Amino acid sequence: MPEPILTVAGVSKTYKNGPTALKTVDLEVNRGEIVALLGPNGAGKTTLISIICGIVTPSSGSVTVAGHDVVRDYKAARRAIGLVPQELATDQFESVLATVTFSRRLFGRSGHSDYIEQVLRDLSLWEKRDAKIKDLSGGMKRRVLIAKALAHEPEILFLDEPTAGVDVALRRDMWKLVHRLREQGATIILTTHYIEEAEEMADRVGVISRGELLLVEEKDALMAKLGKRQMDLTLVEPLDAVPAALARWSPTLEDEGHTLRYVFDAKAENTGIPELLAAVAERHIAFKDLETRKSSLEDIFVDLVGQRA
Amino acid sequence: MNLHGIWAIYRFEMARFGRTIWTSLATPVITTTLYFIVFGSAIGSQMKNIGDVPYGAFIVPGLMLLTIFSESVFNASLGIYMPKFTGTIYELLSAPLSAVETVIGYVGAAATKSLVIGLVIFATAHLFVDLHVAHPLLMLFYLLLVAASFSLFGFCLGIWANGFEQLQIIPLLVITPLTFLGGAFYSLTVLPEPWRTVTLFNPVAYLINGFRWTFFGISDVDVLACVAVTAGFGAFCLAAVVAIFRTGWRLKS
Repeated sequence: MPEPILTVAGVSKTYKNGPTALKTVDLEVNRGEIVALLGPNGAGKTTLISIICGIVTPSSGSVTVAGHDVVRDYKAARRAIGLVPQELATDQFESVLATVTFSRRLFGRSGHSDYIEQVLRDLSLWEKRDAKIKDLSGGMKRRVLIAKALAHEPEILFLDEPTAGVDVALRRDMWKLVHRLREQGATIILTTHYIEEAEEMADRVGVISRGELLLVEEKDALMAKLGKRQMDLTLVEPLDAVPAALARWSPTLEDEGHTLRYVFDAKAENTGIPELLAAVAERHIAFKDLETRKSSLEDIFVDLVGQRA
Repeated sequence: MNLHGIWAIYRFEMARFGRTIWTSLATPVITTTLYFIVFGSAIGSQMKNIGDVPYGAFIVPGLMLLTIFSESVFNASLGIYMPKFTGTIYELLSAPLSAVETVIGYVGAAATKSLVIGLVIFATAHLFVDLHVAHPLLMLFYLLLVAASFSLFGFCLGIWANGFEQLQIIPLLVITPLTFLGGAFYSLTVLPEPWRTVTLFNPVAYLINGFRWTFFGISDVDVLACVAVTAGFGAFCLAAVVAIFRTGWRLKS
């Protein structure tokens, strides 16, 4: 029986003189799970996380973390939570070790602990422990924020856009780190607007758009749905109609017949691409360029919202 | 009680003090010295005693409070304003700390700094004038009360402020004038009417006179009124802080 560590029930948020940032959201996360909240900027991801962590007061609903209500029993609930914010907000003049020790104490634990050293070593920050934060690179600063969030040994970790504005190498590092934390049994909730990231790290994915949690599904099930790709052939000579010989792939003509578009399932065993290209060659349809791309997140949202309507 | 949490904030704030220890301490010492050279020696020698107190000694309590007011307000307001400015306040808001615990950390640190600076000024004053404190324990207690009250006030100011300019405007436009006009450097008895009566509406006059009473046993106004105004101001600031945290005003949306 999976044990829920986080229960969000009927939580909504309307800012004063502002829009509704979050419509009624229900979410349950089990211990040891990694859940990605996927959505475009301004979808309400950060608002949801901020409500759970006590930074934003919800307009309605309740949140329970590790069995504690985040309002009534806020101290116990917050001790169970670690938060890595999206912004690189740090105390520039503090040393790495001092700021991480500060975080551990702030959450009610003694500052003298081997655990701090372990966290810093895990994040490759131990060598830099005496460096001032202002002298660190952006990637290092983000690691410091993670170390701060982990310093008090939380049961559930929130990563708000952990790889926003981060270079490829660091993104890989971040993914590795999440995998390592998962092996240690951590529960992690992260927000992202990259599908790849949700795919790489999460067990379950929740899709948020315009303040609404559209769905929460097992990653594999969702990725199958979201895994559509399209291939565009830029033709040398425009076509008036799709040739009958290509009909079984049901491609479409775009750009006044200059582009032949084929939508396929990237997860399928047989994408149909080799056969289609063979048929195109057989018909002597000349093309000068070939491009495949994933359906954009925007397309996916349109799809998802469409499915629900 | 999250004692580790309070300690974390207190240490953090004191570390900031530590990083600027020489300017933090040198500034009040130099300022005080200048005041003593100007008011104590140059002008003071021309002034007659106020009661039995030589003018140079008379200005010591006011001089101490002048710095304590501004240091308390400055340190406490900057302490809470900086996290708002840099964004690190997220951690404070998401930490298992009650409002009281947070305030003890910030205000405790700011008041400690003021107290240290106040005592440094007191020590510096000894170089220039003969000082005998009539009620040393009451003087320390009064100093602590004033430092804590103004630190609370600074804390509210820091939460209210939306920019560095707003942080400075209240000390500049309200506290400094009220201090100078509240008899920091003169006895209210030298004022002609109606200014004397007007001054009785200046709360800072009571703070200064109460503090001066602990030194010399003299006050231009009733000592009980002084204690009442000082405690009342502290209570008012405390209530404001409690209200701010209860409503999340300017802290949480």
